[in-house]
Amino acid sequence: MIESHLPALIALTFVLFAIMIPAFGLWRPSTSQPLAVLGSGIASVLSLYGFASYLQTGSIRYFFGGWEPPVGIEFVYDGLSGFFILVINTVAFFVFIHSRKIARTEYPGKEMPYFALAMLALLGFNGMILTGDLFNLYVFLEISSLASYALIAIGSRPAPYAAFRYLIIGTAGGTLYLLGVGFLYTITGTLNIIDMAAMLPNFAADTSVVAALILMVVGIGVKAALFPMHGWLPDSYTYASSSSTALIAPIGTKVAAYILFRIVFYLFGVELTDAVIPMTTIIGSLAAVGILYGSIMAIAQTEMKRMLAYSSVSQIGYIIMGLSLANPLGFAGALLHVLNHAVMKACLFLIAGSLRMKEGHSDISLFDDTYRKKYPWTMAWFSVAAISMVGLPPLAGFFSKWYLALGTIDNENWIFLAVILISSLLNAVYFFRILENVYMMNPKKDQKEAADAERNEVSFSMMFPTSVLAIALFVIGFANAAIVGILFDVFPM
Amino acid sequence: MLDFFLGHYAYWFVVILLCVGLYGILFKKNLVKKTIGLAIFQVSVVLYFVSIASKWDATVPVRDANIPVEQVANYLNPLPHTLMLTAIVVGVATLGVAFTLLMAIYNRYGTLDEQELLEEIQ
Repeated sequence: MIESHLPALIALTFVLFAIMIPAFGLWRPSTSQPLAVLGSGIASVLSLYGFASYLQTGSIRYFFGGWEPPVGIEFVYDGLSGFFILVINTVAFFVFIHSRKIARTEYPGKEMPYFALAMLALLGFNGMILTGDLFNLYVFLEISSLASYALIAIGSRPAPYAAFRYLIIGTAGGTLYLLGVGFLYTITGTLNIIDMAAMLPNFAADTSVVAALILMVVGIGVKAALFPMHGWLPDSYTYASSSSTALIAPIGTKVAAYILFRIVFYLFGVELTDAVIPMTTIIGSLAAVGILYGSIMAIAQTEMKRMLAYSSVSQIGYIIMGLSLANPLGFAGALLHVLNHAVMKACLFLIAGSLRMKEGHSDISLFDDTYRKKYPWTMAWFSVAAISMVGLPPLAGFFSKWYLALGTIDNENWIFLAVILISSLLNAVYFFRILENVYMMNPKKDQKEAADAERNEVSFSMMFPTSVLAIALFVIGFANAAIVGILFDVFPM
Repeated sequence: MLDFFLGHYAYWFVVILLCVGLYGILFKKNLVKKTIGLAIFQVSVVLYFVSIASKWDATVPVRDANIPVEQVANYLNPLPHTLMLTAIVVGVATLGVAFTLLMAIYNRYGTLDEQELLEEIQ
C-alpha cells in the first residue's frame, strides 16, 4: 500500500513541514530546528524504504490524480531517482542536526523563516528528481532555486550581492531550459519524459532537437556549475551562512547533475545526444577543464569555505565527466562520486561551520598546532574527509575515482585519465596544506603555546553529524562493491 | 527569403526580445536594469510558448455542437497557454526575490552600481 504512494509521500513530507514550521514557529521559534530534523528524517526513512522496495519490486510510476501520462503528471521512482533521493535527504538530515547552534549564533530570531525556506528548497530538489514531466521539472527547479537564493542571501555582508548574481545567472539558465522544453514540445507534442523519449528518435535530424539539447544542457549546466558557468558558485558558498552552504553545496549541484543524467541517458539517449554534434565530448571536455581549474583555484585560496567552494567546482567535474564517458563504469563511478562527494563535502562544510562558530573565522593561514589540541575529534574527522577527497584507499573517495579511471580506460580516453590523476595530486596539495598547519605548525610567538591550549571541542549536536558522515566514508569505502553492483543494474543501456 | 522572415514574424519578434533581454543581463551595470533585462528575457520565452499555440479560425477547447470533435484544427491547444500562466507566476516570484535582494544590497552598501559594489566588496 505505502509503496505505491511513496514518491508522492516523500515530496509531501516537505510540503507538510514547510507549513508546520511557520505554524509552530510563531508559537515557539525554538521548535523550528527539531521540526526540520524530523521532516528530513521522515523523508530519509521513506527514501531508504523506497530504495529497498525498489531493489525488490522494481520502479514505481505514480500518476497524480489517477491521470495516466501523457495527459497527467507522473512521479517516476526508478533506480536513478531513488538513489539521488536517498543521498540528498540523508545528507540534509545530518546538516539540519548540525544547524542547531549555527542558527542561534549566525541569524538569531530568524530560525523559523530559515528552516521553512530550507524545507521548500528540499521540496524543490526532491520534486526535480522525482518528476517525470519536463515542465513540472522547470517548476520544481524554480521552487528550489528561489528558496536557495533566499538561503544564500542569509549570511555575511556581501551575501545578498552573491545571491543576486546567482539569481540573475540561475534564472537565465532556467529560462533557457524552458525554451529548450518549448522546442521539444513543438515537435513531439508531449512533455512526459518517457513518452518523449520514445518519439525523439523519429526526429533525430530535426535541427530544433539539437537546439533544444544545447539549450537544456546550458540551462542546467548553470545550475550544476559546469566549468564556464560556475561564476556564481564561489561567492555564494563563501558569503552564505555556514548552515546554508552546508545544505546547498552537497545537494544543489548534484541535483542539477542528475537532470543532466536524465536528459542525456533517459530523454535523448547517448546516440541521439551525439547524433549531430559530439555533445558528450563537449561536456566531458568542459568538465575536464573545470576539474583542473577548480583544483588550481582552490590551491590559491586562503579561506577554507572559498577553497571548498572551488573544490566543489572541480568535484562536479568528475560527476559530469563520468556522465560523458557513457559506459557502465563511468556511470557507476559518477553516481558513486555523487554519494561520496555529498558525504565528504557536507562533512567538510560542517567542520568549516563549526570552526567559524568557535573561532570566528576559517582562515587557513591562521590554523596552527593549537587546533589539534582544541578540537581533537573535529580535526580527526576533517583529516578523514580530506584524505577521502584526495582519494586514498580504503576511504570512499578512492573508489569513485577508481571506477571513473577504469571508465576512461574503457573508452581509451587517456586525456581524461591524466586529468583525474593530476587533479588528485592537486587535491592533495590543498588539503595537506591544512593538515600540515593543524598537526605540525607551531603557533606564532604572541599566541599561547600548544601545550597551554585548552580542549574546547564542539558540542554534541555539531559533533554527531560530523562523526557520522566521516565514519560513513569508511563504510561506503568498504561497501563500494555492493553499491557499485546496484549502480551497474541502474545503467539504462 | 522574404517569406521566411514574414512567415515567422512572431518568432523573429521573440528572438529580438530575447536578445534585448540578454543584452540587458550582460552589459547593463545597474542591478535594477539587469533585473529588467531578466524580466524581458523571461517574457520572450513566455511569448514564444503563447505564439506556438495561437491559431486562426479556431475556438476555445470546449466542445462546440457545430464543430465535430474530429476537426482538431478548429480547436486550440490550451496546454502551452496554461503552462505559461505558471511560468508567469514563477517570473513574478523571481522578480519579487530579486527586488528584495536589491533592497538588502542597497541598505548595506548604498549603491546598486555593479562596479562600485565590486570595489566595496574587494
